[in-house]
Amino acid sequence: MIEFLPPGTLLVLGALLFIFLKGKAGKVALLVLPVLSFLHLLSFEMGYLMQISLFGYELTPIRIDKLSMVWGVIFHGAAFLCALYSIHVKDRVQHISAVMYVGSAIGAVFAGDLITLFVYWELTAATSVFLIWASRNEKAYNAGMRYLIIQVFSGVLLLAGVIIRVSHGLGLEFNLITDTFNWSDTGSLLILFSFGIKAAFPLLHMWLGDAYPEGTVTGTLFLSIFTTKLAIYALARGFAGLDILIWIGAIMAMFPIFFAVIENDLRRVLAYSLNNQLGFMVVGIGIGTGLALNGAAAHAFANILFEGLLFMAMGAVMFRVGHCNGSDLGGLWKTMPWTTVFCCVGAASISAFPLFSGFVTKSLIMTAVAEQHATVIWLMLLFASAGVFHHAGIKIPFFAFFSHDSGLRPKEAPMNMLITMGITAGICLFIGMVPGPLYSLLPFPVEYVPYTTAHVINQLQLLILSAAAFTFLKVTHIYPPELRSTNLDFDWTYRKALPALVGMGTRFVSSTHQAFIGMATNGLKAVSRGVFKLHGPEGVFARTWNTGAIVTWVVIGLGAYLLIYFF
Amino acid sequence: MYEERKRWTDNPRNVNWIVRGVFIAAGLMILFDLLYTKHPHFQGLEGIFGFYGIYGFVACVALVIAAKGLRVLLKRDEDYYD
Repeated sequence: MIEFLPPGTLLVLGALLFIFLKGKAGKVALLVLPVLSFLHLLSFEMGYLMQISLFGYELTPIRIDKLSMVWGVIFHGAAFLCALYSIHVKDRVQHISAVMYVGSAIGAVFAGDLITLFVYWELTAATSVFLIWASRNEKAYNAGMRYLIIQVFSGVLLLAGVIIRVSHGLGLEFNLITDTFNWSDTGSLLILFSFGIKAAFPLLHMWLGDAYPEGTVTGTLFLSIFTTKLAIYALARGFAGLDILIWIGAIMAMFPIFFAVIENDLRRVLAYSLNNQLGFMVVGIGIGTGLALNGAAAHAFANILFEGLLFMAMGAVMFRVGHCNGSDLGGLWKTMPWTTVFCCVGAASISAFPLFSGFVTKSLIMTAVAEQHATVIWLMLLFASAGVFHHAGIKIPFFAFFSHDSGLRPKEAPMNMLITMGITAGICLFIGMVPGPLYSLLPFPVEYVPYTTAHVINQLQLLILSAAAFTFLKVTHIYPPELRSTNLDFDWTYRKALPALVGMGTRFVSSTHQAFIGMATNGLKAVSRGVFKLHGPEGVFARTWNTGAIVTWVVIGLGAYLLIYFF
Repeated sequence: MYEERKRWTDNPRNVNWIVRGVFIAAGLMILFDLLYTKHPHFQGLEGIFGFYGIYGFVACVALVIAAKGLRVLLKRDEDYYD
């Protein structure tokens, strides 16, 4: 019986337990559910397919293979870590939505057909928005609304694409679309757009920086992991080898780092950093060779851990201080030493320092790019790598924990957060030093050897000289200060320009309407005044005439008639 | 209100040491290029002495200056959208 339940179902249904469970029981459930779900996943055989027929269509709700297994493993691991991180939260709405969210993301990864994918796709959107709304303030409400509209729209595009494909006689299976892809094929194009929205492609990315910083301390951690990596999986499954993705990914890797440098809210900096990392993965998917896809999968795996670790550290700061603005932080290492250390481990991992996880995963992608002799892309990604170290590796730990002393003395993060961060940091180090286990999970066999003299020295050169650049810019005061501000992104179009245009349009229509009504009203008023004049109390037609006069006129009238008749 | 004990980062001399340390390490890393023979994919680029270091340094400086310029265009008040 259990093999008919898609992986993740235990989480989706188990989330409902939190309606009843409180306190200690709730905490136990929160930790046990991911473990049980993982055991459920392991009970499936590799290569297992479950197919059912529904309304004449072949659906494949469960598909277990090496590619989906990578995501299955890390999603469950992340689920457990996020659960431990958020175990102190008393708001059960967050627990229900978070656990359902994770369950639907896992279900989506193992979906073998596009309809099942669509169902889980929309479910992730519907459940994750509550993690934003759980902040319960106006800004979060608005950001959550925008997020929901965009995410649901992504699902609608997916469904539309599927319907068009089916109408052209193509099946429902969720497999490689690249081989049959061309730009006039609307169905596949819509599906690509749908995946692109959730993966934060350039110009489809604004929701990332808009919504994630408005989530709760623990909610944003969940958000940062599942939606975007699900999209990466979907791209890897459906569009591997699509050349345009190489360019899209390279652009995605480059432009967010500029925003990250001038951004004040450190969680928004992390959102931009996430966008940048997704770019690397998309490039790997675009290249499509075994090495490149391995790189994309491995980097997604490692990214969940180290980006998660950074979000955890910033979440801890926000938990203790109340905000995450670089302008108002600094010197926190004095009272939050462990959080600082773990944050630095995450920072080193994302920057791909030797001995940390990023080093053995990002290089898979870089080498794949080099093997394709794509010089411009390679240079763009190298620039992005230096940039990542700059804003995630240096800026975040520096402005939060070091920099100038802000006078804040928050307590160290609570124990559950510290333990979670410690475990995650440990895994980052482990992967970095012993990449073998991760490599064995990857869909294609790995011949790549990360620890060569050249690679280590090159990477250290890149990083230490980027650090020197930061130091140089700081001591010469060229480096821009952290300022309380909002920086405009492309969402200015629908947050300012569009409402302004709509407002102008509304005012124009409204004033024209008013003018017309006014004219009509005046016209009618004139008519009624005229009628009133004639028939009203003073009017000619309303005058009473005395009876004697009337009789005289009647006699004269009759007399005139007689005269005319006789003559 | 008692005087909080000074930590080592509060002492400007220590900070200066860190700064100096970074620059010294940077110089050393460039020199490390002498230690091994390169077999790069991109002979013209990676073959340059200290390529990665120079690229990293220039990239970071360019990034920050460009971002500063972007800030002029994009910066608004915190409650711009509200």
